[in-house]
Parts: sequence; C-alpha cells; structure tokens
Amino acid sequence: MAIVNNRLTAEQYNENFSDIHPPFESREAALVEANRCLFCYDAPCIKSCPTSINIPKFIKQIATDNIKGSAHTIFSANIMGGGCSKVCPVEKLCEGSCVYNLMHEKPIAIAKLQRHSTEKAISGQWRLFERKPATGKKVAIVGAGPAGLSCAHVLSREGIEVTIFEKESKGGGLMTYGIAAYKVTPQFCEDEVNYITSLGGIHIQYNKELGKNLSLPELQRDYDAVYLGIGVGVARQLDIPGETLDGVVDAIQFIYELRSKGYPAVPVGDKVAVIGLGMTAIDAATQAKRLGAKEVTIVYRRTQEEMPCTEAELEIAKLDGCKLQWLAAPKEVKGQDGKVQQLICSIMQLSAPDASGRRAPVDTGQTFTLEVDMIIKAAGQVPFEALITSEQIHHQQGKIIIKNNATNIPGVFAGGDCVNGGKEVVDAVQAGKEGAAAILEYLVGSEQLAVSNHQHK
Amino acid sequence: MANISANFLGIKSPNPFWLASAPPTDKKYNVLRALEAGWGGIVWKTLGSQVKNVSSRYSAVDYHGSRVMGFNNIELISDRPLELNLQEIRECVKLFPDRAMIVSLMADNDRNSWHEMIAKVEDTGAHGIELNFGCPHGMNERGMGSAVGQDPEIARMVVEWVMEKATIPVITKLTPNVHSVVPTGKAVVEAGTNALSLINTIQSVTGIDLDTLIPNPNVGGQSAFGGYCGPAVKPIALKMLTTISQDAVTSRVPVSGIGGISTWKDAVEFMLLGASNVQVCTAVMKHGFRIIEDLCEGLSNWMDEKGFATLNDFIGQSVNRITKWEALDINYHIIANIHQDKCVHCGLCYIACEDTSHQSIHLEYGKPYNTYTVKTEECVGCNLCKLVCPVEDCITMDEHRKGPEYLNWTEYQRRGLPLNDH
Ligand SMILES: Cc1cc2nc3c(=O)[nH]c(=O)nc-3n(C[C@H](O)[C@H](O)[C@H](O)COP(=O)(O)OP(=O)(O)OC[C@H]3O[C@@H](n4cnc5c(N)ncnc54)[C@H](O)[C@@H]3O)c2cc1C
Ligand SMILES: Cc1cc2nc3c(=O)[nH]c(=O)nc-3n(C[C@H](O)[C@H](O)[C@H](O)COP(=O)(O)O)c2cc1C
Ligand code: SF4
Ligand code: SF4
Repeated sequence: MAIVNNRLTAEQYNENFSDIHPPFESREAALVEANRCLFCYDAPCIKSCPTSINIPKFIKQIATDNIKGSAHTIFSANIMGGGCSKVCPVEKLCEGSCVYNLMHEKPIAIAKLQRHSTEKAISGQWRLFERKPATGKKVAIVGAGPAGLSCAHVLSREGIEVTIFEKESKGGGLMTYGIAAYKVTPQFCEDEVNYITSLGGIHIQYNKELGKNLSLPELQRDYDAVYLGIGVGVARQLDIPGETLDGVVDAIQFIYELRSKGYPAVPVGDKVAVIGLGMTAIDAATQAKRLGAKEVTIVYRRTQEEMPCTEAELEIAKLDGCKLQWLAAPKEVKGQDGKVQQLICSIMQLSAPDASGRRAPVDTGQTFTLEVDMIIKAAGQVPFEALITSEQIHHQQGKIIIKNNATNIPGVFAGGDCVNGGKEVVDAVQAGKEGAAAILEYLVGSEQLAVSNHQHK
Repeated sequence: MANISANFLGIKSPNPFWLASAPPTDKKYNVLRALEAGWGGIVWKTLGSQVKNVSSRYSAVDYHGSRVMGFNNIELISDRPLELNLQEIRECVKLFPDRAMIVSLMADNDRNSWHEMIAKVEDTGAHGIELNFGCPHGMNERGMGSAVGQDPEIARMVVEWVMEKATIPVITKLTPNVHSVVPTGKAVVEAGTNALSLINTIQSVTGIDLDTLIPNPNVGGQSAFGGYCGPAVKPIALKMLTTISQDAVTSRVPVSGIGGISTWKDAVEFMLLGASNVQVCTAVMKHGFRIIEDLCEGLSNWMDEKGFATLNDFIGQSVNRITKWEALDINYHIIANIHQDKCVHCGLCYIACEDTSHQSIHLEYGKPYNTYTVKTEECVGCNLCKLVCPVEDCITMDEHRKGPEYLNWTEYQRRGLPLNDH
C-alpha cells in the first residue's frame, strides 16, 4: 500500500474528470425542456433560489429565442449564474420545489437551462450590463470568491471603483480551488471571473493576503468602505491520536492541489478513508476514487437521515464505488514508520431524540478497524479565527458577526462563508449582493452627512 | 364492435376517413400506399388546365415547441399531365373497388370545359366529383377557385353546368374566405349539387423570417398569401360547418367535413356537428398515412363506449346544442372549485383570474408553495382558471343555479331583472 501519484493514463484522467452534468446538445433539446415549464406565478423555484433568479422568466426567454434576455435575467440576480448552474445542489433548491415534483414527474431541468443561456453569454462575451456614471467612491474587497465577486459586480454597476485583494493567484475562491473538478473546469472558472470583471471598474490584485502583506487599517484609510469575503479555511481537526502521521490530509488541501496542480501530480492512497459526509467529504471521496484509489470508505458518525449532503451527491459517491460506514466515529490513527496503516473507529448509536428532536450519536464502546494508507479529513471547515480576532472583528467561533451586513468596525462589511461558516456558492453570491446594497446605503448616507456637514460650515 | 363503414351519397367506404384533395392524393404511388394503409376514400388532387408550381410552397406555424400547429401552402392544382392522372385514377379504382374515389375538378370558366372534364372523369370509373370552389391563391387570380366560391351567383351557374352533364354524385367544396359560407352553399344546393364539403384553406401569412424580413414561404425574396389549414383552423371549420348544418336549405344535402382533423376525436366532433364523413390533409402531410389506424380504432372504441352501433347513430347529434346567445339560460351558474389535494401551486389560475378576470382567487403566501382558494361570491364561472390549470380535474366548475327555472336574456329583459353589479 502506498500513496502515489500518476496512477492513471491521460485518457483515464480526462474521462474521470469530465463534466458530470453535460449541457443540452442542441437548441431543440433546450426548447423542448423550456416549453415544459409551466411559467408558474410567484413560482416556488424562485423562492427556493437563494438569489431569487426569475426562473420562469429566463426559461420563457429561452423558449422565445431571446437568449440574451435570458442571460440578463439570470445574471442580474446572480452574476455567478453560470457557475451556479454547474455546482448548485439544485435538488434541494430550485428543482427540488418545481411543481412537477408534486405531479410525480421529472422537475424542469432548471440548472441545465440556466447553463444553456449563461454559457453562451460567457463564451460570446456578451455585454449585458452598463456601469452607471462614476460616483468617485472606492471600495476594497478582500477575497475574490463568489461573495467578493458578486459584491464587486453590483458596486461597479453602481459606478463605484472596486479593488479586490486576493491571496491566491487566481480568482473564484473555492469555485476555483475547492469544488469538484468534474463540476467545473479550471478554464470555466477563469472565464467566469474574466466575464465578471469585463464589466470594468473591478481590479483584482492577486497574491495580497490580509494579515500578511495587507492590513485592515490600511484599507480603511485608502477606501471608502471595505468588504470581507474571505471564506473559511482548512478542515477541522479530528483531535485524535495519530492525526499527525504521514497520510492524514486535509480535504481542502487535497482538493486545492488537485485543482491547482493537475490530476496526475496529486498522490492518492490505495485504501482511503474520508471522514465526514458533507459536500467536501463527497468531493474528496469521489475525486480520490477518480484519481485511482482502489478503495474509498466514507466514515460518518450518524445515519443517512442526518447526513448534510443531498441524496443526489450521495448517489454520485455510491456510483463512483465509494463505500459508506454509517455510525462510525474516528477514534485513533495507527501507523508504522510515521505512516498511516489503520483507522480505528468507534461504533456509534443514535440517542433518543432530545427536546429539539435531534438524535445525538453516542459511543457504544465497541470499535472496528479499517486498514488504510490515507485518511482525508472533511468534517467541516475552520474559520480564519486568528486573523479575524487580530483585526478586532467580532465573531462567534471564528464566524464574523454582522448586523445588516456590517461588522462591528464602521465601514467594514462582510458576507459569504466567513459569516455563515460554509454554505453554498449561491448563498455567498446573495451575501455579496446584500453586502453591496448595505455598502451603497452606507456610502450614500456618508455622502449626505458630508453634504450636510459642509452646509453647516 | 361498432360498424364504422360509411355511405356518402351511395358511395361506400369501409370507414368515414377520406384523404382530402391535396399532394397526398396526387398520384397512383401515394394513393395506393394510402389505400393499403386503410384509408376509406380518396379525393384526387384537383385536375384542371395545365399549371406550373413554384418551388418553396409550404410554411407552418409552430406553437409552444410543437411543429405545424397551422400549415400554409401556395401550391396550385395538379401540375401533372391530365391524361396521366386519369389513367392512374382508373388503375386505382380497379385495384381498390371497395374504396371511395372522388375526383376534384376545377375547369376553366365555360360550360364546355366543365362538360369535357366531367366526361373524362366519369370514364375512369371514379365514384364522384368534387368541385373545387375554394383554392384561395393562384387559381382565384385567374377567376377560378375561391373567385367562384366567393360569388354565389357564379357558383350557382357553374354548378348548373356541371349538373347538366354529371351522372355520378357531385360534391361542392366551399371556401372559408367569405363572411358566411351559407349564401354560396345555398346557391349551389339550389343549383342541384348532391353534397357539400368544407372548408378549403383560409388565406394567410404564417410569419416572417426576422433575419431577412421576408415572409414565409420565401420564394426568391418574395412571398404570396397562402392557404391556412391544420389544427389551428379546426374551430373555424366547425363553426362554418354548424351554419351549414343549421340552414334549412344547405342542411338538405350531406356534408363532408374538412379542416384541421388530426385525430378520431376531431373527426367525431365534425360528425356530431353534421358531417357525414371527414377528409384529412395536414395530419397525413405531417405524419404519413399510418395515422388511419388510430383514427379507425379510436372512433370504434368511442362508439362502443357510447353505445353507437353505426355512424348515423350520432351524426348531427350536437347541431341543435348550438343556439343563439339570446336563448342561453342565465340562471345556469357555475363556480370554480379548486381541489387542494390535486393542486400543485403553480399559481396560473390565480394570475389569470387576478389580472384578466374577476379577481376571484385568493392567494395565501407560503414558502415555497402558496395556497389558492376561490372566493365563491366573486366567481362568475367564466372557466378561465380551469382552462389554464395544468392538472386535470384539479379545478372543477360546480353548478350553483341562480334560480330553478330556465331564463333567457329576452325574458330577463322583459321582466326588468337587475344587470351585473361588477
Ligand atoms: C470541497 C468543497 C466542495 C464544495 N462544493 C460545492 C458545490 O458543489 N456547490 C456549491 O454551491 N458550493 C460548494 N462548496 C461551497 C462553496 O465553495 C462556498 O460556499 C463558496 O465558495 C463561498 O464563497 P465565499 O466567497 O464566501 O468564500 P470562498 O469561495 O472561500 O472565497 C474566499 C476567497 O478569499 C480569499 N482569501 C481568504 N483569506 C484571505 C486573506 N486573508 N486575504 C486575501 N484573500 C483571502 C480566498 O483565497 C478565496 O479566494 C464547496 C466547498 C468545498 C470546500
Ligand atoms: C374573452 C375575449 C373577449 C373579447 N372581447 C372583445 C370585445 O368586446 N371587443 C373587441 O373589439 N374585441 C374583443 N376581443 C378580441 C380581442 O381584442 C383581440 O382582438 C383578439 O383576442 C385577438 O387577439 P389575441 O388572440 O392575440 O389575444 C375579445 C377577445 C377575448 C379573448
Ligand atoms: S371561473 Fe373565472 S371568475 Fe371564477 S375563479 Fe375561475 S377565472 Fe376567476
Ligand atoms: S392552476 Fe391548478 S394547479 Fe395551479 S395553482 Fe391553480 S388550481 Fe393549483
């Protein structure tokens, strides 16, 4: 058993990481689906989209051959509508509430239709938005992830000059560095970022890290307002013996390498255990398998009832041949010569429901052993608590506390994963929009203040 | 099993489905294929003086992702040599003696031309003649086709010429490009036609290419008015048929119903409104002759279910159900009823009633699903919500009479009863 890279041929890599949700093959195929849409009033799908895209409208626009209008409808609510069409867990969002489900028929393929319009817009570089006249205001955004980019786009449209400071050398945040490669290609992520910034008025400075080569007071001094969209950091520690052995890796780091170095460069074990059952765990497990691991086992403390990922995601993992160990909590990692050899797990049992109806996993005292050479930790992510604390921003276990999108520091706003602790791209995009609205209000407010101060003199 | 065989003016066919005079019936090859497939009869593509067609002859209207809701053509009568057509008709009659063979004619506008044509057609052994007074393009510009059908007196004259000569049954096909089909219908019945058929195509422009700005069909950068047919024209055809079935003069002769018939249901509707048989064109131009199977099977099953043994048991049964508006019962009142167990919360009933009818549906907000209920006191029973609801039987229109007795508008006024308050 060993952790090695380059397990597959180029063709195998290509096949394993090709798009799992292919687009419509033709205009006709899209039309057939678009015409199935009932054009509901006050549609449930809109209410189930965190960014409230006017879904029946954009679908109708596909049906009337108004693809430009369709793309505009999508992007005006969600500037990452292209990426979202590939990564959103739509079965629990828009498509999950499509009224066709209530007729026991297949829901409208909303994401696929959304992709149909947005891909054309992005590849054709359609100019769908105009900036309003310059206001002379400048805003700094930290983090070029979905939250930061969405905030930037709204602000720039309103005539504000935006500078984004990003610690990595590419934009997109976890879209580029975190989400499974078979959902979005690196090229798409780059195109999407370029499409967003093609509006103008958005300048991204890469390799600038808040807390390292950039400070908050500096930003407050040079800009009229600051928005933090820094996301969350590495995977949570397991806090069990043996965690530092060679072969125990962080899911975020594992995927980051896969997304940034190319598939053949990323080493993977023969027998891999993945800990946790969120989106990250699923992505780590399936991609470990797709990199050539022989056996991948997902270890989860609770049962399918409580799992945080959706049925559809679990299905992908199962189809990829990943095994599941329900009611198992990691207890100890054992190894030899500093290398992982075994994962000892406690067998859990669900307690009786508490007042809130939740059933907690409790240790039965029994254990079992998995023979593994690699362990991927994916039991939730840890916020950038040290950084946030050092900047004197109020937080709750590292999650920034906001009130109307503003932090406790005047003129400093925040949103996305760094506030909610880690949700979906679409939630971060909505947070960015709301942050921008709050900033605009703040800037107009301070403008009026300045005017009235002036008049008093 | 119901007996679906038909007898139209003594011309028998195993079923009431004839192919209308059009490209599907323009030569032996197709006609034999159609008869082999099971079609009951053929109305041969119109014969007349020699013509030349343009290329690019058809266009269509698609609706909601479905092709050819309406179909349009600028084709003329048969452009094949007359003698060849006559020879092939003769052969087909011989090969399928149990099927109806009708030949459509459009002669030049003089007595001799008509008489000559009739003699030639009768010589083939065909069972009947259909006079094309309906073609709305090309031929009418030469004083034929709808130019004849639009003027009752010209039509009367031509039919008189025809009846002097014809020894086999004559059907006159009416054009819908008139304010009412009745005047021409009356004139030709009085002139002695043995039967009527309707409708021919309706003059139309189906659309314009928004890149080139040239209307369809594009013939080298130009277009011309065409004749519209297909499912889109069925309701218009049914209305025209009803006026013929209800008129004292025109109802004396049998009618062959035409216009947008694609299914056995369409056919039954035509027959309920008085057609003795039906003719089909667009549906086979879209799907081929094979649709005859379901036309026959569907009709037969429906008749069994309804207990009709022969076609005559139901032909014309709905004619008297269409009356003047003044005769309708004002005390008949229905109210929409949304069955919550079936509702999928699409809101289509709500927005239709709220924006365009009587604001009679209540919306109770929910995330993601709203609840919709009918305000029964407000509902006028217009049917709109039920029509737009995508779920079958989810909205029913329940009867709540305003009064026990039949009360029509004339009587209502006479009694000085109150008018609407909304
Ligand atoms: C493995 C994995 C799989 C996922 N799969 C999905 C999925 O399929 N679908 C879905 O909708 N969501 C998915 N998510 C969640 C989704 O990626 C996030 O919710 C979303 O990216 C959050 O956007 P954000 O802008 O708040 O943060 P991020 O995307 O994390 O962006 C933050 C940005 O800030 C930068 N940054 C951080 N600190 C600093 C600093 N100090 N100075 C400067 N820049 C900094 C980061 O480099 C990054 O570019 C997944 C997440 C993970 C980890
Ligand atoms: C229910 C209904 C009632 C109508 N009433 C009138 C009317 O009172 N007066 C009128 O001029 N047209 C009336 N129309 C015709 C419309 O104004 C319009 O000309 C017709 O519906 C064709 O347009 P459309 O099919 O594109 O909607 C009515 C149409 C409908 C559907
Ligand atoms: S029948 Fe007409 S008035 Fe009554 S609820 Fe339906 S749409 Fe409204
Ligand atoms: S149209 Fe029918 S399914 Fe839709 S909300 Fe109304 S009653 Fe329910």
